[in-house]
Amino acid sequence: MANTQKIDIDYVADLARIALTDDEKDLFSKQLGDILGYIEKLESADISQVEPMAHAFPVYNVWDEDEPDEGLSVDDALKNAPAVRDNMFVVPKVVE
Amino acid sequence: MSESLHYKTASELSLMLADKSLSAVELTKDVLSRIHKVDEKIKAVTHLDEEDALGQAKASDERRAVGEELGALDGIPIGIKDILAVKGQPLTCGSKILENFVSPYDATSIAKLKRSGGILLCRLNMDEFAMGSSTENSSYFVTSNPWDLQCIPGGSSGGSAAAVASGEAILTLGTDTGGSIRQPASLCGVVGMKPTYGLVSRYGLVAFASSLDQIGPLGRSVEDVALLLHSIAGYDKKDSTSFKLEVPEYRPELHEKKGPWKLGIPKEYFGEGLDAEVRAAVDRAIDYYRSIGCKIQEVSLPHTEYAVATYYILATAEASSNLARFDGVRYGRRSEKATSHVDVYSKSRAEGFGEEVKRRVILGTYVLSSGYYDAYYLRAQKVRTLIRNDFLKVYEEVDALLTPTAPTVAFKKGERASDPLAMYLSDIFTISTNLAGVPAISVPCGSSSSGLPIGLQVIGKPFQESDLLAIAHSFEQAHDFSKVHPSL
Repeated sequence: MANTQKIDIDYVADLARIALTDDEKDLFSKQLGDILGYIEKLESADISQVEPMAHAFPVYNVWDEDEPDEGLSVDDALKNAPAVRDNMFVVPKVVE
Repeated sequence: MSESLHYKTASELSLMLADKSLSAVELTKDVLSRIHKVDEKIKAVTHLDEEDALGQAKASDERRAVGEELGALDGIPIGIKDILAVKGQPLTCGSKILENFVSPYDATSIAKLKRSGGILLCRLNMDEFAMGSSTENSSYFVTSNPWDLQCIPGGSSGGSAAAVASGEAILTLGTDTGGSIRQPASLCGVVGMKPTYGLVSRYGLVAFASSLDQIGPLGRSVEDVALLLHSIAGYDKKDSTSFKLEVPEYRPELHEKKGPWKLGIPKEYFGEGLDAEVRAAVDRAIDYYRSIGCKIQEVSLPHTEYAVATYYILATAEASSNLARFDGVRYGRRSEKATSHVDVYSKSRAEGFGEEVKRRVILGTYVLSSGYYDAYYLRAQKVRTLIRNDFLKVYEEVDALLTPTAPTVAFKKGERASDPLAMYLSDIFTISTNLAGVPAISVPCGSSSSGLPIGLQVIGKPFQESDLLAIAHSFEQAHDFSKVHPSL
């Protein structure tokens, strides 16, 4: 973890699918470097005998009866959509 | 009619509604006129539909008139943090990416509030997607602290805390991922509680960090908070981390449980960075508990120093995943400049997200990215186990812990806005409880020489909210801190 304080901001912004401006890239690179520097303190915690925990009170095998339930109507599901045609979401062409 | 109806507690108002000395319509009108009078200064309210609120009040009065069965909150106006879905109402999460979004369904907590007869009065401001400690990260406007308009109200549930403190709502709902109910409650001089993870269903709460998020109540008394908690708690099959348990009657138990309790003082919470006036107020609160016969003992939560770092790995990692749903396809903002499908994602998110949200999504994406997962995310999940074990260990000896809620009183607007790390450290006393999943409450315990409120945090055992509330109630009943209000 010691040499990871420099984030490859272009790579990470692309992974996160956020088109950052050059100013944002400069700002975040510096600030995130500081934050990662702070986070390095975790290296001194002894985790050799510890299991990871996804959340505090694990509940396992949560099952529910497979019963049909009333869902959203098509109209309700599409009401907030930016672009709609024939009961479908419209997006730019994905495959040429 | 008294001018200060809006500063009465829900418990007092319920009695007045019951003996018909007050109607729900009169009460709602009073609170609405309070909003008109003070919200220009406070800026807590993001959405208000007066006709709808008065319609709900009228329906409550009609239920009462014909002798229908009434809910525990029947006729009480309640403000909602703008992150919980209320069918037919806007839901922005303080973000431009949800500027025109209208909820197609009710959150479970909202459906329960409706069943208990509460009036859904207004929607309240917050840091964008609950990321922040000052409500300055709202994309709409900055909320002011009712005790000093130059100061922040805390966050992220700053609107929920400021509304209760200024009489713009009798009760409010907030959400708490790292202190977002308790820290603003402390800074605004009101009572706010984060329940045990799993007690309140998260269905219909827009997710920030799913393993840490909890919905909880804010009010002007512990009794009110107990009342509201009882209305929203309980198992829900729509939330797979919801816990199956019988929800106790919190309010009557407040009066039945009188201690004395065994209370722990975690020494790690009283070190460097703690303001002297905050420390003095909390020390006086500890003296009170000693004076009623409680056994007070110093305890240690040795992994406290890792809490903020652990939190900012886990919370940002979960956020980067949760916020992937804002892609400009099915709902929310879509960039007009998008020409390809990748553009739809990356330009819509660039235009729709504010600075702090971008910063955290980038950090979260980084800590989960190939080659770094073990060093950051997996390590943080293991340290979380250590932090939780600290709590479980001290609970073998004590019933609850007493700490400050926040290291300082409210700070000036803009003071920490350019230094994210300094802002993150304002949650230093609240974050561990989210990581451990345990419940905690902030109750007013004094004020600084500049007149700003100070909060005492009581941290309890998992699912033992009754004890936690009773401990806070005992302190509150012996003092007048919750009875003073800001002059506006």
